[in-house]
Amino acid sequence: MLSIKNLHAGIEGNEILKGINLDVKAGEIHAIMGPNGSGKSTLASVLAGRPEYEVTEGSVTFLGKDLLELSPEKRAGEGLFLGFQYPVEIAGLSTINFIKTAVNEVRKYRGEEPLDSVSFLKMMKEKMALMNMDKALLNRALNEGFSGGEKKRNEVFQMAMLEPKLSILDETDSGLDIDAIRIVANGVNKIKKEDHAVLVVTHYQRLLDFIVPDFVHVLYKGRIVKSGGKELALELEERGYDFIKNEYEVEATA
Amino acid sequence: MKTDVLPPIIQEESDDRAVIEKTVQSEYKYGFVTQIETDEAPMGLSEEIVRFISDKKNEPAWMLEWRLKAYHQWLKMEMPQWANIHYPKINFQDIIYYSAPKQKVKPKSLDEVDPELRNTFEKLGISLAEQKRLSGVAVDAVIDSVSIGTSFREQLAELGIIFCSMSEAIKEHPELVQKYLSSVVPVTDNFFAALNAAVFSDGSFCYIPKGVHCPMELSTYFRINAENTGQFERTLIVAEEGSYVSYLEGCTAPMRDENQLHAAVVELIAMDHSEIKYSTVQNWYPGDKDGNGGIYNFVTKRGICKGHHAKISWTQVETGSAITWKYPSVILKGDYSIGEFYSVAVTNHHQQADTGTKMMHLGKNTKSRIVSKGISAGLSNNSYRGLVSVSKHADHARNYSQCDSLLLGDRCGAHTFPYIEVKNKSALVEHEATTSKIGEDQIFYCNQRGISTETAVALIVNGFAREVMNNLPMEFAVEAQKLLAISLEGSVG
Repeated sequence: MLSIKNLHAGIEGNEILKGINLDVKAGEIHAIMGPNGSGKSTLASVLAGRPEYEVTEGSVTFLGKDLLELSPEKRAGEGLFLGFQYPVEIAGLSTINFIKTAVNEVRKYRGEEPLDSVSFLKMMKEKMALMNMDKALLNRALNEGFSGGEKKRNEVFQMAMLEPKLSILDETDSGLDIDAIRIVANGVNKIKKEDHAVLVVTHYQRLLDFIVPDFVHVLYKGRIVKSGGKELALELEERGYDFIKNEYEVEATA
Repeated sequence: MKTDVLPPIIQEESDDRAVIEKTVQSEYKYGFVTQIETDEAPMGLSEEIVRFISDKKNEPAWMLEWRLKAYHQWLKMEMPQWANIHYPKINFQDIIYYSAPKQKVKPKSLDEVDPELRNTFEKLGISLAEQKRLSGVAVDAVIDSVSIGTSFREQLAELGIIFCSMSEAIKEHPELVQKYLSSVVPVTDNFFAALNAAVFSDGSFCYIPKGVHCPMELSTYFRINAENTGQFERTLIVAEEGSYVSYLEGCTAPMRDENQLHAAVVELIAMDHSEIKYSTVQNWYPGDKDGNGGIYNFVTKRGICKGHHAKISWTQVETGSAITWKYPSVILKGDYSIGEFYSVAVTNHHQQADTGTKMMHLGKNTKSRIVSKGISAGLSNNSYRGLVSVSKHADHARNYSQCDSLLLGDRCGAHTFPYIEVKNKSALVEHEATTSKIGEDQIFYCNQRGISTETAVALIVNGFAREVMNNLPMEFAVEAQKLLAISLEGSVG
């Protein structure tokens, strides 16, 4: 589904990603872990097409297409979703109106008819029940005055509504207490499907107690320096990132 | 490991600034000229011209006297210079002050109206027939200077409501016109008001009798048409005790190279317990993207809450004109009266807007509320100018003002000039102001959800203006939302 080859990217001339290689297949859950500043969020942003970032080398193929050739909205149309670490607020724009616009723009991209109000509301009700989403939240202006937990629930709810093929969750657990993490993780688990892959970007192992990954990759200084199964996350939790740093520095100087 | 070096990817489509610039530079959508024979006055302004206009309209002597008084006052006045707008000096002798579509007999029904004129409305999507049938809106259509069709008049007449052109009102209801005309905006009020009084050609008159709740939105569509023609509208609305009326004014104009001058006057009079709601959508030609042409719009709009518990509410969506100079105001004379001003002003390219309101608290326990949303794009300048005054005897007056500015791009300007004059210690006056920019992160967030930059800008702008849009009557709100989209995004709408 997603194939990243030797990806180099940076911002304002500073190279942050220094040759990422990663393959994600449909139905898989991959966790990207790493210490602060290792390039985790940059990877998420580059995949989504954030304009400040510049790709200098490498390739990314998504469902057979050259992802890097596509504008951010086309990437979304192709089925790539990014759950933001810091979702933005848009004053006066109701969350429902925003999601309806997004759903219909994505449908338009795929050559489907827009949903009328009745079908949209029906779909929304289903997903709200699935995600335990509060209707009151959807009537409010987009993310305006939302708590950290509400913002992240709104992200996962949008993911459910847009039915993406690949979801990238960028530090979805940051700033959340354990109850909020559980709610968000349950949401992600509920929409897991055979053809839906998830890339969980996180600093801490705790989110992975709830969203159990098939693969764990450790990112350090812009490279994936270690990959393994879910037990790798536990090892990191136990030993901290220092052991990775030490191992890596030894390798690098050897 | 693959080691091919690929060239840097230049993602033109995600370059937000480029897209914003491209979309805001779209051309005016309503630029076309209707071919209708006109009956014009010679160019320039003199006492003869004032007499010519009055004569053309078969006006009574008192009306001519009134016009001449205004004209002689105007000669002594200077154009105001205090607004934050810049434009070449206007030569008032280069303007044609009267132009009426030629029609031998007044049409009895809309079917008799010149098909060419009706096509114009159809192009604008405001077909009278459709509006009559679907929304029950009575339309007093003004093309250039003379009313060409008034609908629903009989229905309104049954309730005692008078809704007609100003010219008809002068002939058929002289006592009302004489009583109220220039009672709120005196002929000598300001340079443009005096000019309007001297040469106004037509406008709307509306009278709601005691206790009557006007059952439909009264609406006028203005349209400047003949080349080189200044348009001088005069509107007068009187709401008697306990009555209610909602009035809609909307306008679009065809494309012109020359600058066109527009100086309208609107007067509202609200008696005890009455309410007047006046909504405007203004979409006149703003000039091209280099700042050539466009309408100069110098308007005087003022209402008086003459009785106690009276209420006047102005709502405006201003997207057009090269220059907008406009301050719909309320004199809060009656105790417990209420004045409101809700405004969205959009400027793009080289447009300049200096707009706001005056709330003059004279009565006790009077309240006013001001919500102004300015949106600037391109190289434009958008100013809010407002005065809240509380007189010595206006005990317990309250005002709340909120002025927000939104900037698109980094070459436009937003300015706020709030004036507050309080002479009574019990007054409570609040003022809040914010300035924000559409953030790249907001656009990227929308893009990531599959929404194009163009649509994202429309969503953000409409969200910003929502508080004002909510005050527009339903059928107008939809049109106004489209207008915001058109003036900022072009292809949408």
